[in-house]
Amino acid sequence: MIKRRKFSEALFKALGLSALVLAVGTLVLLFGALLIDGVGRLDWQFLTSFPSRHASQAGILPAVVGSTLVMLVTAFVGIPIGVAAAIYLEEYARRTWLTELIEVTVTNLAGVPSIIFGLLALGLFVYMLGLGSSILTAGLTLALLILPVVIVTTREAIRAIPVQIREAAFALGATRWQTVADHVLPYSASGILTGIILALSRAIGETAPIVTVGALTFIAFLPPSPITDQPPYLSFEWLMSPFTVMPIQMFGWVSRPGEDFAANAAAAGLLLVGMTLAMNGLAIYVRYRMRKRVSW
Amino acid sequence: MPTVMTEGKAILIDKSGGMEAAGRRRARRRREFVIEGGLLLAALVSVATTVTILAVLLFESLGFFEIVSLLDFFTDTLWTPLFDDPHYGILPLLAGTVVTSVVGLLVAIPVGTVSAIYLSEFASPRMREIIKPTLELLGAVPTVVYGYFALLVVTPALQLLWPDLPGFNMLGPGIVIGIMILPLVISLSEDAMRAVPMVLREGSYAMGATHLETAWRVVVPAATSGIVAAYVLGVSRAVGETMVVAIAAGQNPNLTWNPMEPAATITAYIVQVALGDLPHGSIGYRSIFAAGLVLAVMTFAFNILGHVMRKRFREVY
Amino acid sequence: MARPVDGPYIDSAGRGDWPKPLKAETCELSFYYGTRLVLKRVSVPIAECNITALIGPSGCGKSTFLRCFNRMHDLYPGTRYEGAIVLYPDSRNILDREVDPIEVRMRLAMVFQKPNPFPKSVYENVAYGLRVRGVKDRRAIDEKVEQALRSAALWEEVKDRLSALGTSLSGGQQQRLCIARALATDPELLLLDEPTSALDPIATASIEELLQDLKRRVTILIVTHNMQQAARISDWTAFMYLGELVEFGPTKRLFTTPAKKQTEDYITGRFG
Repeated sequence: MIKRRKFSEALFKALGLSALVLAVGTLVLLFGALLIDGVGRLDWQFLTSFPSRHASQAGILPAVVGSTLVMLVTAFVGIPIGVAAAIYLEEYARRTWLTELIEVTVTNLAGVPSIIFGLLALGLFVYMLGLGSSILTAGLTLALLILPVVIVTTREAIRAIPVQIREAAFALGATRWQTVADHVLPYSASGILTGIILALSRAIGETAPIVTVGALTFIAFLPPSPITDQPPYLSFEWLMSPFTVMPIQMFGWVSRPGEDFAANAAAAGLLLVGMTLAMNGLAIYVRYRMRKRVSW
Repeated sequence: MPTVMTEGKAILIDKSGGMEAAGRRRARRRREFVIEGGLLLAALVSVATTVTILAVLLFESLGFFEIVSLLDFFTDTLWTPLFDDPHYGILPLLAGTVVTSVVGLLVAIPVGTVSAIYLSEFASPRMREIIKPTLELLGAVPTVVYGYFALLVVTPALQLLWPDLPGFNMLGPGIVIGIMILPLVISLSEDAMRAVPMVLREGSYAMGATHLETAWRVVVPAATSGIVAAYVLGVSRAVGETMVVAIAAGQNPNLTWNPMEPAATITAYIVQVALGDLPHGSIGYRSIFAAGLVLAVMTFAFNILGHVMRKRFREVY
Repeated sequence: MARPVDGPYIDSAGRGDWPKPLKAETCELSFYYGTRLVLKRVSVPIAECNITALIGPSGCGKSTFLRCFNRMHDLYPGTRYEGAIVLYPDSRNILDREVDPIEVRMRLAMVFQKPNPFPKSVYENVAYGLRVRGVKDRRAIDEKVEQALRSAALWEEVKDRLSALGTSLSGGQQQRLCIARALATDPELLLLDEPTSALDPIATASIEELLQDLKRRVTILIVTHNMQQAARISDWTAFMYLGELVEFGPTKRLFTTPAKKQTEDYITGRFG
């Protein structure tokens, strides 16, 4: 009797382990396939060329530049708003219906499919506000998209600061904002940074909303440079420029028939996965270091 | 503020009347008020976003439903808004969404639940520490990459088993969606099981139950609502998944329940139209908002259900 | 403000040991968490440049009472004060709605149960109160930091590592750092909430010694769970039970001839 029960236990352990192995293993296998298909195309020419009708001459340069610029807008808009909202919810908000409403919408937005954000952007930014299919539109869209992630992770980081630290500051006569700016934010900075990196890593891979706002899949020029040789040396023309981003470029290549373009897609995929892994790895590293340093 | 030296001791605080000057107090209060207002505005952005999403979807859909009756929308079995003979029945798109999601859940729920039980009840802390971040990492891979897998890796592999499986089909992307939502399902249901208090487990062990019996008869039932919440949130993610189906499931609306056939989902249709060059305000343009509204209502419902269940579960423990 | 003549702090034997001069006093102070009444009309005088100890079993409201003085409860929703805390010499009720809690906190200082230095340098920990008050003069800050660290008997131990993290000090040093931090702004009243409960006997002894030294310059109100400590260091003792003040009197008298049965039971260890 006991023997049989022990046996079923061992059986389940094996089953559980194989389920995990299946889950992780399949993914490893898939990435292996991506690596085999794409690594041959991933060279300097690929990184520095424009798209082309000839798969072997095509490159991803405009997409890399586009992704960078879009991320710039996203970070510039999404991070301050997200962090500020998190500070409000953790440090200021009293239990009112308004707070409740904000919390519900944040949770809800976290679960809204990204393509819905695309439709929002199409209706609001592209047409109503007349921003067109520009880098600015894409950056704002992704900023709204990552808002819940930034808010949730920042709140978690802030919440980890013990209440005794806040009370110590208040007891010395600090105002609420002084307490936040001098203590809460500096001490939770690495946690907030982790959240920001994760949010940006999500944004950089987003495809659907960017398709919806009208990114191009074939683009043979770069946006105007943000730095000019004439005073004031800064130009914001690039904000209104048409663009493409890396996942869109990959999507464009996947959709085209033919082995050659599939190889390009795989190479772009490798680049994307590599960036995601790098950013997530960085986030995990920052979190790990923080956990080692802090002892409240 | 004047620094007065009295008896070798610097007095830095203005003690005239005990309290500080009114001007300074007002300035400080005003600054605090402005800062709090700014932070509140930032927090309200998410409310504004939610409201605007609903407003945009409703506004554009209203234009759509002026031309298409609700009855047609929900009963017509054809979706051909861009043809000369347009039909506007959402059913084919809905069927595509349902079939791909169901395939995904058939993969994610069994594998995810068993993995979660294993992780929560059997795995060593060390193993958990490795697996959890790995899952997080997998959840962060761009969906377009998963689309590539569905079209160029999984479908060809399935074609080895069923040679007459078309290049575009719902089975391949469905399976990939399942793999994609696995990290979410595992992570959330593992959280739920770990939240079950240790004393419950100890009670079961004390009666001579094995690890497995305890996991299955005590932990899983106690965590049910949390686990189901994980499934529900997984469903929501599967329903809203876009790139995988847009790349690998085909672009033709096709009212079928057979996963071996190609069919467009709601999300794939939106992508397809957005890629084209539809004039702003046309019925085709508006149709993607109507489709988006259906999608939004579905995911809102699942999200609310999932979060209510999670909250209720958390309240129990 | 009229002094309640039949308040429980009036020595029942009529021996008239009323502290003088006063730094502060509470007048029928009540406090609510939501609808729960946790302090019931407590009236206690706080003698200037004396140590007043609050004793009582845990949960009797003594920490809550202490935290009323710097309006700490204002930080949390659903709290309400009734009655008054009058601060002298200006005789203002600091619980008044008109009074900004930040102004109150700028006049008083508090040391908490568990040492809670900021994860900043020793120097910045002590300087923070001055910075909050807008002091910019580098020399004045240097001077005050040294003075405060000396007052807290910590200067000799940390003078060579002022830039080390405050959190890297030992438990007793951390608590003395917190005292230095509190002293740097020349508070009129120093509030201590069981400051030695997290410390070992040696660190406790050094802090007790420090308080004896400090009371020449600053009024001290200390909550302690340790009766011996109250008996050792305080001039006045208030015994609280279930949110009420049972007895107030000079420490020596209260511990030798308590006027109330409850006080006697408590100090002889029959409950609490």
